[in-house]
Amino acid sequence: MPNSRIKVPESAAAGESIEIRAMIMHPMENGFNFDSQGTTIPVHIITDFVCTYDGAEIVRVQLQPGLSANPYFSFYLTVTRSGSVDFKWTDQDGTVTTNSAQLQVT
Amino acid sequence: MNPLELRGLAVSVLCALICTSASAADSAASAAPRSGYSYLSEETRRLQDDEFANPGMLWVQKGEELWAQSCQSCHGQAHDSMRTVATRYPAYSRSLGRVINLEQQINRCRVTRLKGGALAYESEDMLALTAFISHQAKGLPVNVRVDGAAAASFARGRAFFYQRRGQLNLACANCHERYAGFRLHGETISQGQINGFPIYRELWQTMGSTHRMFVWCNEAVRAEPYPLGSREYVDLELFERWRGRGLPIETPAVRR
Repeated sequence: MPNSRIKVPESAAAGESIEIRAMIMHPMENGFNFDSQGTTIPVHIITDFVCTYDGAEIVRVQLQPGLSANPYFSFYLTVTRSGSVDFKWTDQDGTVTTNSAQLQVT
Repeated sequence: MNPLELRGLAVSVLCALICTSASAADSAASAAPRSGYSYLSEETRRLQDDEFANPGMLWVQKGEELWAQSCQSCHGQAHDSMRTVATRYPAYSRSLGRVINLEQQINRCRVTRLKGGALAYESEDMLALTAFISHQAKGLPVNVRVDGAAAASFARGRAFFYQRRGQLNLACANCHERYAGFRLHGETISQGQINGFPIYRELWQTMGSTHRMFVWCNEAVRAEPYPLGSREYVDLELFERWRGRGLPIETPAVRR
C-alpha cells in the first residue's frame, strides 16, 4: 500500500470550519515519459479520491493523467458532530489505500 | 628593448595575469556559502517550509517506518542517536579505510549488523532512510572533517570540482562558483550546495540523492557520468559538504 499522509485537527468547535489535508505517494505516470531504453512508460495513476465524514461523503475527486506526482488535496469542512474522517485513494489497477482520523467536537 | 628585458616583461605580464585570475578565483571561492533555498521562487520556498505539503515528507515518513522496523532496536530513538549524523557525513571509516557517505554507512550497517541485503542506491527505501536520518539534523550546520585520514579524499574531490569535463568542457566551478547568481536561460545558477539532500526535485517529480544530482549535472555538460556511489562522487560529495560548511541541513529540501 502506498504511503499516505493526512492532517485533521484532533478537536474542533461545532460550526467551526477546519482545514483538511491529504497526500499520497504516487508517481502519477502520464504515459508520455520514456525509460532509458526508449520504451514508453504506460499510464499509471490514482483514479479516485474520496473523503467521508462520519459516513457521509464530503469530497470526491476524479484524477486525470495531467496531475503531478504525489497528489495533494486541501479542503475545508464545517464541523457539526464527532466522527471519523476517512480517506480513500483508488489506483487504476484497483489497489485501494485508506487512512482515517478521529475528529472530536467540543 | 634587448631580449633580456623582453623576457622580463613577459614574465611580469604573466605574473600579473596569474595574480589577477588567482585573486578573482579566491574572491569567488571565499563568497559566503548560500543555500539553494535562497535562489528559489517564493512558492517553492513555501512548499519546502510547509511541513505537510512538502512532498519530501512522504519519504521521511516512510523512512520512519523502516527505522522502527530494523534500526531502532540498536539505535533507539533517531532523534537522539541520529541527531548530528547528516552534518558529519561523508566521513572516514577506519574499518573500510576510505571515506563513505550516509548511503554506504546504512548499507554497511544492514549487511554487517543486520545480516540483511544492501539497498539499491536510488531505491525508494534507501531514499526514505537517508531522508529520515538527514531530517533529524534539520537546522544544524554542516560540519564535515576533511583533515587527517579524509584529506586525500577531500583533495580528489576538490580536483574533481575544478576539472573541466564533457563536450561542453565545463568544470563544476565554472557555473557554480564563477557564475553563481547569474542567469542561465530562465534559471538562476545556484552555488550548487548540497545541504538539503536528499531533495524533492520538481523536475524529477520524486526524491533524489546527491549522486543522482551529480549524474544529472555531468550529463548536462555532456560528460560520461560516474556510477552512483562511486569513489569519485563520494570524494566530490565530501568537498561539496565542506564547501557549504556552516549551512543548515534542510532535508527534505524542495528544488526545481
